[in-house]
Amino acid sequence: MLIVLKTCVVILIANLTWKESFLVSYIIRRIFYAIPILIGVNILTFLLFFTVNTPDDMARLQLGNKYVTTEAILHWKQANGYDRPAFYDSEAQGLKKITHTLFFQKTFDLFTFNFGSSQQGRNIGYDVMHRMWPSLALAVPTFMIGLAINISLALLIVFFRRTYLDLWGLGLCMILISISTLFYVIGGQYLFAKVLRLVPISGYEPGLMAIKFLILPVVIGVVSGVGAGVRWYRTIFLEEVEKEYVLSARAQGLSEGVILFKYILKNGMIPVLTSVVVVIPTLFLGSLIMESFFGIPGLGSYTIDAINQQDFEIVRVMVFLGTLFYIVGLILTDISYTLVDPRVRLVRSSP
Amino acid sequence: MPFQYVFLWTDMLFYVLIILMVVGCTGGRKNMMLVSAWQYIFRRPLAMFSLVILLFFMVIAFLDSIHFYPLLYVHDSGSVYATRVQSLLDFLVAPLGRYTTETYSAPFKLFIQPITNYDLCIGIVLSLLKGLLGFLVVFFLMALMLFFKGGRHVSGLFNDASWRAIFFAIFYICLRVSLSLYVSHYFYIFGTDKVGGDVFYQAIKSIRTGMVIGTLTTLLMLPFAIFFGTIAGYFGGWTDDIVQYIYTTISSIPGILLIAAAILSLQIFIKNHADSFENLAQRSDARLFMLCVVLGLTAWTDLCRLIRAETLKLREMDFVQAAVVMGVSRYKIIIRHIVPNLMHIIWITIVLNFSMLVLAETVLSYVGVGVDPSTMSWGNMINSARFELAREPVVWWPLLAAFSFMFVLVFCANLFADTLRDAFDPRGSSSRT
Repeated sequence: MLIVLKTCVVILIANLTWKESFLVSYIIRRIFYAIPILIGVNILTFLLFFTVNTPDDMARLQLGNKYVTTEAILHWKQANGYDRPAFYDSEAQGLKKITHTLFFQKTFDLFTFNFGSSQQGRNIGYDVMHRMWPSLALAVPTFMIGLAINISLALLIVFFRRTYLDLWGLGLCMILISISTLFYVIGGQYLFAKVLRLVPISGYEPGLMAIKFLILPVVIGVVSGVGAGVRWYRTIFLEEVEKEYVLSARAQGLSEGVILFKYILKNGMIPVLTSVVVVIPTLFLGSLIMESFFGIPGLGSYTIDAINQQDFEIVRVMVFLGTLFYIVGLILTDISYTLVDPRVRLVRSSP
Repeated sequence: MPFQYVFLWTDMLFYVLIILMVVGCTGGRKNMMLVSAWQYIFRRPLAMFSLVILLFFMVIAFLDSIHFYPLLYVHDSGSVYATRVQSLLDFLVAPLGRYTTETYSAPFKLFIQPITNYDLCIGIVLSLLKGLLGFLVVFFLMALMLFFKGGRHVSGLFNDASWRAIFFAIFYICLRVSLSLYVSHYFYIFGTDKVGGDVFYQAIKSIRTGMVIGTLTTLLMLPFAIFFGTIAGYFGGWTDDIVQYIYTTISSIPGILLIAAAILSLQIFIKNHADSFENLAQRSDARLFMLCVVLGLTAWTDLCRLIRAETLKLREMDFVQAAVVMGVSRYKIIIRHIVPNLMHIIWITIVLNFSMLVLAETVLSYVGVGVDPSTMSWGNMINSARFELAREPVVWWPLLAAFSFMFVLVFCANLFADTLRDAFDPRGSSSRT
């Protein structure tokens, strides 16, 4: 099967131009690099959950009372597949010494996206697929609007650099950063939902009606991120302002506005890209605080509920998915980097 | 013995931290590069103002880190100590925190002791005068210290504006402390919470929790980050590969999930080994300590990556090459020549992490994986008060107290961090362009 896969890849690469083929082989290599990292993450979570909280403890927690017989624990472990040894089965034959273990089984299930069921017996994969959409409905607008507002405000501050507007703008950003996110959430809910009664306090409805539930969390999400965002983009754009192409554009008599939007914005987008693309896949996971405060049934509130109920299966799945999305984000960052900046090559130049 | 000392892990580490700070300050005086960077900070009035406030918070946290059981009475068969752990701070601010009522009360609504307006005014004026006296004493002591201990050398680091900022901050703190202590005899300054506890007292006690999380986390992770970062950068080869693999793996996990996972497991561990803790204070302290460890576990990867990159650069420098040629051992080179040149990265990380961690504590406590519910912290205050805005009439004071204390601390830390970054890392500066 591997040979078939390999020939497929070779054929695929042979039909591409040289730059595209580099890209494809690079992506394939990166995907293979991701596997040891994912295994490492699994070892870590496995150690965290199963050595501190052994299957015996889990059985006791599940069976509920203090006076549980050993037979009952054994029975529960057998029923839920926890009766195998953790990492190495000395009684099994050949390769089964490794495959017939708790760790291998759990990891294999995760890698094949077979997430199993939570402590309440619900299918985790099904829940994840369904809870993903409310998360996206909240996270994507927050991200897009936040990005647009942060960049435009940063450009505005750069436009008025070394004036009082710059100084006061930075001071305001500093104040915004120093306020806890919880303050924005609690204050916003109080002001807009309770006093002014503009939007419902919390809840969710699928379809278009979701807007009225989402508008407040989106606004709060944008406001709570604006301080850090503006400061960060401002430093990026200020670094561009110092460069020589800006000087030459200015010498050609271009107006400051044209320089700012046509030259600095375009070139400043390259460092912006690295910080932004990596975030995109993790938008699926949603925001823990926003979702649980506003009662949005997304993956973030799913995780919080799992943490509060000490449902390790769900937390393990979410850790796995989070890592996976992060790695996908890193790969996407590298690819987008080559697309916008021709100077960047993915292959290491030989010495 | 008038008291029985209580041993807590975070207390110990906090003492270590303060000793390290003192050693660092006295030892760093000889390093010219560090001195010139600090000189830049010392001449910024705003930075000095926030530094004084931060140090004040630090002093409160330190006083709150000396725990003991006070002696109740001496019996024939031995001394009997109180069952509730107290700190030196409780002792100093008494009677603040000793009074409770039944339920909610708004700020300044309830009298603890009856007092006429006339007496109150006189008392306030007297307390302000006391604060002024305290300020003069501090001023005099500082002047004396500068006069005898190489004052010219130290005062040359500052300028007039920053001296003014420092003394203004001290002046403000003295008056404020004196006034608050006086008024707290008669009123609940920030009202009381659901069970009648003094909110102002809780907010003050939370300072220690915030400071411990903000500073100890970085302190705990520093040795690992420095060790792994330098050996990866200096040795290269398979050492580098392994270290890189470890930190890539850890940093791939979304931070809050890793923290939640680790704290959940530890919670169960503590529950299963409940008998190994003598009292409630030690158990909640163990949880605070573990929270620092876990936060450090997620935070060390960034620093490690920075240190590795810097070490790669330093390794090629002439002075390191010279040391290699002279046959200095590799570990000695790392300790003597590489680590001292990493100090700027370390300083920036410490200060930048601080405000991030203080804010993170509230979120984690809200999620349910923060400090122990019996520990007083701003996160717990906000968490327990979050439904109170929905009450009629609105109960806003616990939230106000927690948010305003946190804001002052984080704002000062951010202001200071900005100047510190400008001083140590001119390239990434935000205001010196």
